[in-house]
Amino acid sequence: MPSDRRVIDILREDLNLTGTKEGCGAGECGACTILVDGESRLSCLMLAAQLEGRSVTTIEGIASEDRLHPLQEAFVEHGAVQCGFCIPGMVLSAVDLLQRNPNPTRMEIRQGLSGNLCRCTGYQKIVDAVEKAAPKMKMGG
Amino acid sequence: MLVKSDIFRIGRPALRVDALSKVTGQEKYAADYYSPNFVWAAVKRAGVPHARLKNIAVEAARKLPGVLSVLTHKDVPGSNRQGIIFKDQPVLVDTKIRHCGDAIALVLAEDKPTLNKALHLISFDYEPLPAIFDPVKALEERAPLVHEDNSDGNLLQHISVKVGNAKKAFLECTTVIEGSFEVPFQEHAYLETEAGWAYLDEDGRLVIVASTQTPFRDRFEIASALGLNIDKIRVIAPYLGGAFGGKDGLTVQSLLGLAALNSQGRPVKMWWDREESFLAGVKRLPARMYYRLGAKADGTLHALDCRLYFDTGPYAHLSSEIMALAMEHAGGPYRIPHTSIKGWCAYTNNPPGGPFRGFGVPQVTAAMEQMIDMLAAKLKMDPLEIRRQNAVRQGDRNCVGVTLVNSTGALDCLETLAAHPLWQERKKWKESAGPFKRRGVGLACMAHGSGYGPIIPDEANAKIELTDEGKLRIFCGVSDMGQGNASTCLQIAGDILGQDADSMELILPDTDRSLPSGSASASRCTYTYGNALIRAAQAFKQRLFERASTLLMIPTSDDLSLIPGGIRHLPSGKEVPLSQLAQLMDPSERTCTHYYRAPVAQEKLELHSSSKVFGLPHILFSYAAHLTYLEVDELTGEIEIKTYLSVSDCGRVINPQIYEQQIQGGIAQGLGYALSEDFIVEEGKGLTPDLSTYIIPTTLDVPEMVSIPVEIDEPTGPFGLKGIGEISINGPLPAVANALADACGIRISRSPFTPERVLSAMKEKAPHEVKP
Repeated sequence: MPSDRRVIDILREDLNLTGTKEGCGAGECGACTILVDGESRLSCLMLAAQLEGRSVTTIEGIASEDRLHPLQEAFVEHGAVQCGFCIPGMVLSAVDLLQRNPNPTRMEIRQGLSGNLCRCTGYQKIVDAVEKAAPKMKMGG
Repeated sequence: MLVKSDIFRIGRPALRVDALSKVTGQEKYAADYYSPNFVWAAVKRAGVPHARLKNIAVEAARKLPGVLSVLTHKDVPGSNRQGIIFKDQPVLVDTKIRHCGDAIALVLAEDKPTLNKALHLISFDYEPLPAIFDPVKALEERAPLVHEDNSDGNLLQHISVKVGNAKKAFLECTTVIEGSFEVPFQEHAYLETEAGWAYLDEDGRLVIVASTQTPFRDRFEIASALGLNIDKIRVIAPYLGGAFGGKDGLTVQSLLGLAALNSQGRPVKMWWDREESFLAGVKRLPARMYYRLGAKADGTLHALDCRLYFDTGPYAHLSSEIMALAMEHAGGPYRIPHTSIKGWCAYTNNPPGGPFRGFGVPQVTAAMEQMIDMLAAKLKMDPLEIRRQNAVRQGDRNCVGVTLVNSTGALDCLETLAAHPLWQERKKWKESAGPFKRRGVGLACMAHGSGYGPIIPDEANAKIELTDEGKLRIFCGVSDMGQGNASTCLQIAGDILGQDADSMELILPDTDRSLPSGSASASRCTYTYGNALIRAAQAFKQRLFERASTLLMIPTSDDLSLIPGGIRHLPSGKEVPLSQLAQLMDPSERTCTHYYRAPVAQEKLELHSSSKVFGLPHILFSYAAHLTYLEVDELTGEIEIKTYLSVSDCGRVINPQIYEQQIQGGIAQGLGYALSEDFIVEEGKGLTPDLSTYIIPTTLDVPEMVSIPVEIDEPTGPFGLKGIGEISINGPLPAVANALADACGIRISRSPFTPERVLSAMKEKAPHEVKP
């Protein structure tokens, strides 16, 4: 494929993984967030060549065979999902946040997710979900 | 396992059934459709605000390898006109360009790079016309005309409504205050932009999957615009990635239809990028509002005069209806015996106006709630006290003269707020501001009328099916744009039919399968569809019991109970699985439908208008009272909202989680409208064309919110509820404005209250006057 093909297009069009969403194409909204070598990156700003030799995790890949990721469970349980379009990116940003800061305060959660725009929720239940999920991740979820 | 299937019960928190598929990335939105041989479609837009279109040069684009076709107005088979009330918008411009986002040509191409190259290769000749960008100036004699065939010039609608004799009443007032307010465009900024997918099926029917609030009405618009038989059009509405009114009406649908008719049998995908969404999508109507409010010495409101000017941009869309709803709420939830409310809605060459959550009510609430605070200050009255004194009760009339016959909880909301610690402890909080910070608190009290008003029927047709496998298939007839009404359908059906998530199936709106049930708008989704669904479920329950009693050979159905997947005869314990029952029922009996139409106000108002008025008056209102804690930085002008309290009367709460979701989401959008969402337009061109220049709230901009329901039963509502989708967005702008005035004595008549405007006002210590 062309080395300048956007990663988001490879995921959505070539690999049929439409869980990763596009909200702006310019790195402003965070909807396209994926994990590359375990760290959050914006797939709308990455090009194919940048994936050489790296591992990619999308929203489709964080649940295990028989169970959701603790963050996914928490998002469902705490009403953090409304239209849902920001959610895949939001969940992966939260995964990244909790990896770096396993015990964040509510303000630290807000700071960690400040690059993910949501137009539906007002963010409160998203912060609730991440706060409740954090201890479960430490326990090995 | 995460979610244990629980029998749905009204009033208990029920997890949203769509949350699982959305949190795993499995749920497919209209933007998520692809196939091996699909074609991209996109539109070349005008880029100039007002011009006569001459020649369109498409040959260079047509010749580009990978381009299937380039279409212009010559290729539109039908009327080439779309619109909800007035069909005044071309699918592809033929004679005249009326705004920068007008569609000139449609390109079909194999891939995005080719598509973009082709769009660049299209050019057109045009004769620039003098343009008009001010809705008040647009009404002057010599203003350039946006629609030359409109006999009222640039006037879309003028409405004047009176109660009593305001002119005389002002002379009886001890105190009269005046105020002028200007509110801007607001961009919906949904995360999923306008998107859709279209193809011709084996029968040659046009199938469109679209992110749309109006699948049924869309068919009518597409049919007339493209000259198709309505039976040949199927519209499917998956979950939308947000809409808030911006997808009420046609966005991509007619363009997709035209593309699918020209794509040589291949499916077509259209997905507006963020800049195109900003350019071409409808926005909240900007408004200039001039208020005069008079009261007696004891604070009793006595007279109100409003002149309201709305800017609809190039097309009518639903702007007359938006202005009508605004006018009905111009006086707020207060008793005012004498009112004169006049509104003018004008065409301009600005970006197109259209529905946005609140639908005119945020605009006037911004004005009236500030007027109330200004009056309170003049009378040296407490702002909560003056609202309590004048708040409407059931049986009073609103400011356009309609009697409030249904539940009216304005006072209850105010009283609940008054008793809350946040109100009780406000002085202590204000006094503990840090260096260079000033603190204030602000109130707002509001109403929101739901439904369509007296003319357009607010109706729904619910449908339930018992499948071969014995599952109850619930058809959600109204688009779910994130508000969770599809989940609520399951909760309602599950409650009445005793089923759980495993024994039910949900079908989202599909014009081939669901029945017409109106738009996802006007805070009517759960009220209207819910009422139809309750009746359908109750009728179906009866029928299932009758068939079961036949099967069980028992004389009556009195001792029967529905359980997940079956029916149990309580005295004997015998059970019939629904799958067995299904086999014994004729297919025609396994479907149950029910119609519901919402009641309308019967009163005649003292109203005059330049053209027919839809959408005024209403009969059912939700109410709320808001309180905000605000801190402003004297050095930077930045406002920080520390806490936000909302007390709402939306009838009974059937799902506490969804209730909070709606209130919190509306507050966040309202705070954006108040503080950061400055949509700048100059000479018809948007200067804030994307999310880096148009700032919507992030996690750091929305405070912790407290949401308290006041549960007054609304007998006409499903399980006692009223609409909730819009009420909370009406409060933040005036609450913030009032808190700012409380904090540092300034009032800025033009929102949003950006740091620059705040600093400038603090320097002048005088409000900016808006020129009439």
